Order: sequence, then C-alpha cells, then structure tokens
Amino acid sequence: MKFQRYINQHTNQITLITAVLIGVGLLGKVVDSDMIYTVSFIAASIISAVPIVLRAVSALRFKTISIELLVSIAVIGAFIIGEYNESAIVTFLFLFGTFLEDKTLAKTRHSIKDLTEMAPTTAMIVDDDGNTEETDVDFVDVDDVVLVKAGGQIPVDGEIVDGSGHINEASITGESKLVTKGTGNQVFSGTILDNGTLKVRATKVGDDTTFGKIVELVEDAQDTKSPAEKFIDKFATYYTPAVLIIALIVGLVTKDFRLAITVLVLGCPGALVIGAPVSNVAGIGNGAKNGVLIKGGEVMNTFANVDTLVFDKTGTLTEGKTAVTQFKDYSRDQLALQIATAVEKQSDHPLAQAVVKFSGDHHIPFEDVQVADADTVKGRGVKATANGKNVLIGNLRMMNDENVDLTSEQRQDLENIQGEGSSTVIVAFDGQIQAILGISDVIRQGVKQSLATLKSLGIKKTVMLTGDNLQTANAVAEQIGIDEVHAELLPEQKVEYVKQFQQEGHKVAFVGDGINDSPSLVTADIGIAMGSGTDVAVETSDVVLMSSGFNELIHAYGLSKKTVINTKENIFIAIATVVALLIGLILGFIYMASGMFVHEASILVVIFNAMRLINYQPKAAKLDPDQLSVGE
Amino acid sequence: MSKAILQLDALSCPSCMQKIKGALEKQDGVENVKVLFNAAKVKTDFDGDKISADKLSDTVTDLGYEVQSMKVK
Repeated sequence: MKFQRYINQHTNQITLITAVLIGVGLLGKVVDSDMIYTVSFIAASIISAVPIVLRAVSALRFKTISIELLVSIAVIGAFIIGEYNESAIVTFLFLFGTFLEDKTLAKTRHSIKDLTEMAPTTAMIVDDDGNTEETDVDFVDVDDVVLVKAGGQIPVDGEIVDGSGHINEASITGESKLVTKGTGNQVFSGTILDNGTLKVRATKVGDDTTFGKIVELVEDAQDTKSPAEKFIDKFATYYTPAVLIIALIVGLVTKDFRLAITVLVLGCPGALVIGAPVSNVAGIGNGAKNGVLIKGGEVMNTFANVDTLVFDKTGTLTEGKTAVTQFKDYSRDQLALQIATAVEKQSDHPLAQAVVKFSGDHHIPFEDVQVADADTVKGRGVKATANGKNVLIGNLRMMNDENVDLTSEQRQDLENIQGEGSSTVIVAFDGQIQAILGISDVIRQGVKQSLATLKSLGIKKTVMLTGDNLQTANAVAEQIGIDEVHAELLPEQKVEYVKQFQQEGHKVAFVGDGINDSPSLVTADIGIAMGSGTDVAVETSDVVLMSSGFNELIHAYGLSKKTVINTKENIFIAIATVVALLIGLILGFIYMASGMFVHEASILVVIFNAMRLINYQPKAAKLDPDQLSVGE
Repeated sequence: MSKAILQLDALSCPSCMQKIKGALEKQDGVENVKVLFNAAKVKTDFDGDKISADKLSDTVTDLGYEVQSMKVK
C-alpha cells in the first residue's frame, strides 16, 4: 500500500524519466549502438509499466476490468516478444496522456473550484462585552454576532444588527453591482463587504447558508449523469472486458500474438468514457460562473429539448412591485401630486406607496403641505383636509359617492388607463378632479426582446399563467408579446395547464419565483426558479437563476443546447477514432505505439472541445438591455 | 450516525470512485458512501461507536489517495 502511494505521488517523475530514457534509446539508434538502444528501452518499459500495472491490479481487486489492465497485458506481451521500443512508447504515451488529461480536466473544473474557494474560512465573533475573537468559520453558531470589516467576507447568512456598507453579492447573484445594506437587512455568506463595517447576527451557518447550498448543489450537479453518460458507463463496463475477449479470439484464430496485443491497445475506450462527462462539467461550470445553476447532465439534456415555456406572471415577467405608470394632471401646477403624496405618505397601502415613490423619483416637494383629519374609507380611498382644501383620493366609486363628476376627457383617460390593466387613483379637491394616476405591476426590462431571443433559440410557444384578473393579464401579455394567456387561476389550476401541455406532447419548462407555484415547478419537465433564491424554489427546481434576470434564462437555455451538442460531438469523435483505428489496423498502417498516440490525442481533442463551453456566452445577451427595452 | 466529508486531491479516473466507495462500504458501521468525482469529495455516514473518523481517512489514504481535509459533524 505504501509503495502504491509512493508511485502514485511520483507518477510525473516516472513519466519524465521514461521520456529521457526513450530519448537516450533513440540517440543510441542514431549512433548505431544496439546496446544503448535496447537497454534504454527495456529500462523505460519497466519503469513506466509499474504505475499502470499497479492501478490495473488495484482495480481488479474491486472486480473492475480497467483500461490499465488492457494496457498492462499489451505492454507485458510486447515486452515478452522483444518489442521493447513499442512497449516503452505505449506506456510513456499512456502516462503522459494521463498527465495532460489531469491538467486539462482541472481547467474544466476550474469554475467550480473557484466557487468553492470563495467560501469564507474565518469569522470575527463579537462577545457580550464587545470583544472580538477570530475563529474558524465552522465554530460560529446561529445567533452569534460577527464583525465584518471593509474588504472582508461575510462569513454567515444573517441580519445586520449594526452598521451599514456596500456589498458585492456576485458570489450569490452573479451580479457584481454593489448593493447598499444597513441595519435590519439580510446579508449572505460568501458575499464581500466593499466598504463600511457591519455587525451581523447569524441566522444560518456553514452548509446551511445559501452559499453552502449553492456549492453543494453544483458539486452534486457535476456528478449527476445525463442519460448518454449512464449509457456509456454501462457500455464501458461490458466494452472493456469484451475487448479482452476479442483480443484473445484474434490471437487464437490468427496465431498472431502481435496483432492480438495491438487490438488490446486500440480497443481502449478512452475518449468515449471521458467525452460526455467532460462536456457536462464544463457546461455546469460555465452556468455556475454566470449565475445559472443547472442540476446535472440529465437536466441539461431535458432542458435542451424544451419547446414550451410557461411563466408565472408576478415576480417573473413583472417585478411584482407596483409603480405609477400613468399620470394625468389636470391642475397643471403639481399641487395635486404634492397634496396626494402628503396624504398617502401616512398609508401603507401598496397603491399609496407607489404614489409616494413616484413623487420621490420626480423630486416633488410635499413637506410644506399641512394634512389634517385623514380618514380611510374602506374599499374607496382616503378623505382628508390639506392646505385648507377638502381632498379626496380614491377610486371611481368614491368619486360617485361624493358626487364628483368627471369630464368626458377625464372619463376617456380613466378608461384608457384601466384598459392597460392598471389600477387607478383619482385625486380631487373641493369637488373638482385634479389628477388621475395609473398604477400597475412593472414589467421587467427587456422581457419582450428576451422572449424573441428564446424563440430564435428554439422555443415554440410561450404561455403566461396568472392569478391576476384577465384585463391586467392581457395588458401585460400584449406588451411583451406572449403567445397564450390564462388568467384568474389558482395554483392547482396552473398545474393542470402544465399537465395539459405535456399531454399535447410538449416538453414544458415552468418559470416561477417559488412563491405559491412550487407544484407547477415540480410537475413541469424542467422547473426554473427565478427568484432571489427562496429555499423552496432552490430545492424543488431543476434550474435556478440566481439574479432572476431574463438574460440568465437565455443563457441557461442556450448553454444547455450547446452542452448537448458538445456531448454529441465528443461521442462522435470517440467512436470515429475507434473506427478509424480499426480500419488502420486492417489496412496495416497502425501499430501499438501509433494506435496509443491516436487514442491519447483523441482524449485531448474531446477535452479541448468541451473547454470551448467554459467561455460560452449567448450572442443576443450581449446587447445593451437598456436599449432593448426602449419602446415598451 | 455522524457524517464525514473528506476532501481529496483531484481524482482523475472514474474507476477511483468505485475503489473508494467499495473500500469504505466494506468497513463496519459505514453507510451511504457518496464519492463526488469532479469535486474530489467523499461524503459518508458512519457510526462513531463502530469506527472512528480517523479510520475512515486512513482507509482512503491506504488506497493511495491523499486526504486534504476532513469535516465531521
């Protein structure tokens, strides 16, 4: 055992020594010294065969017929019949190929390694007396308070209890824009405090943190096999022993020992075993780096075949936040908005908050307005006295109750705004209408263009399902150009629609934020969670979009298509190599050493091919998202 | 039942997985062995009364794989 470990650790040196010996041997041939030539190649064969034979034996002990076993038998055979140069070159190529594979494989795993290395290692715990102590992050418990200084990494998921600062949340959201956070805000483990100082009370630590979950998920994802991989794994377990038997038969039939051992070398399934997994690892790594978590090769495969995208409206197509989108001012002096804001400021109704936000965004001064006797009228609005005027802020029903009449122009405006699916707020002073505001769910930036891009990538049908009323739903659908709309649905009715599409023979992906649509996420062929990572959504979905952008959805879909194509290319390269080698063998210009060379080269080719996925970016996503949303 | 996570040096051959899994599963008190090939991690449940965490680490080391770190909880 000790010996095997020593050999394992020094395989690279062994490879180097073999290379030198082969060099010396070739030199011996040049100077016409048979002695140098033969001795060098014998030494090279023996030294380089040791690690291969050891690996073959240890795999055999676990009843596995490995590639190493095929190579070992071939090399020992070549040695016995005195083909020292063949045996030396075959073992050297095998070892050197393995070395290069390790190096290049490490590259394809790089993105994930980067991710795990972003995990925090230490934390400054603040005790009750305010003293700090630096400890390993594993020793932080829930409810401990930790201190984070500028430039430091936040070691836990928690709530800021003191201080404020700008945080780079790229490790969680993939987005490197700084976020401002202060007391009471949630922060995430693995994010970096750019400036400021924070005290954070831990709510989740270690593997339970969002970051810990992401790392675990990505690590598991890489090893979750696609159907192609599963098939190849199964194939390889029979293929390798089959090669052994075929070589035996060839040897017995032709009585040509050299041909038999050549078959052993040529039959190695090298590129076939590595081709499919390496594509998936590179693809999943690319996703992780770009805020897209794809849970394994099988998901990758299914997602690439999706032709129907079903969206939950709120929180996915729209931001789930209300905002003033229409403002009709009949007073022409902004007074209506000033007074409305001063009155609405006292309410926490979503429509009222939208009005206050709108004024804030437009720098409307309202501090000087004197508000008295504000009264909420349920289902109607607010009645108040402000700056000596009788103020009414509410819906049409309130205006009718108070006998305030709309002019025909105002009535037309009101109908137009409602026709767009917006809620309306009417402002009146002393019986005169002053302004009408339209408030609606804000559509995400660039949705229309993104949907078009998804169609160009292969989506056939887009559907919106929503619990909202039909008018609002239609208004949103019209603006973003979605194919099909179903409104006023309960969560279980959404599931029914997903099932119906599946019965019609579509592959369905459901995009939701995980709030009340988990059943649909699970039912669809692919569940895509588009939310800032609610735990349920991350666990029940197949694909998680960390910063909830449409660019990420395009990236995920494009990436899965590319990865599946890449996998197929690799399988093709592998099979083509074996076929070409067999033809070469029959025609008589491929021997052991050249066969091994082609094999190792083909393995490197499939790895390099997969590495192209590491830097994949969908073309359309490179356009400026601000430009795309113009005209919406 | 405790849970151990071992971080190994990079694994290069898929057959390593079977070796490690097989060797650990043979030990008394070890269950649910999971070898993550790409992450080079071994996750396993074990009964602390029957086998020590160090013994787990030794088993893997004896197969010829360097254990970089181990977490037990």
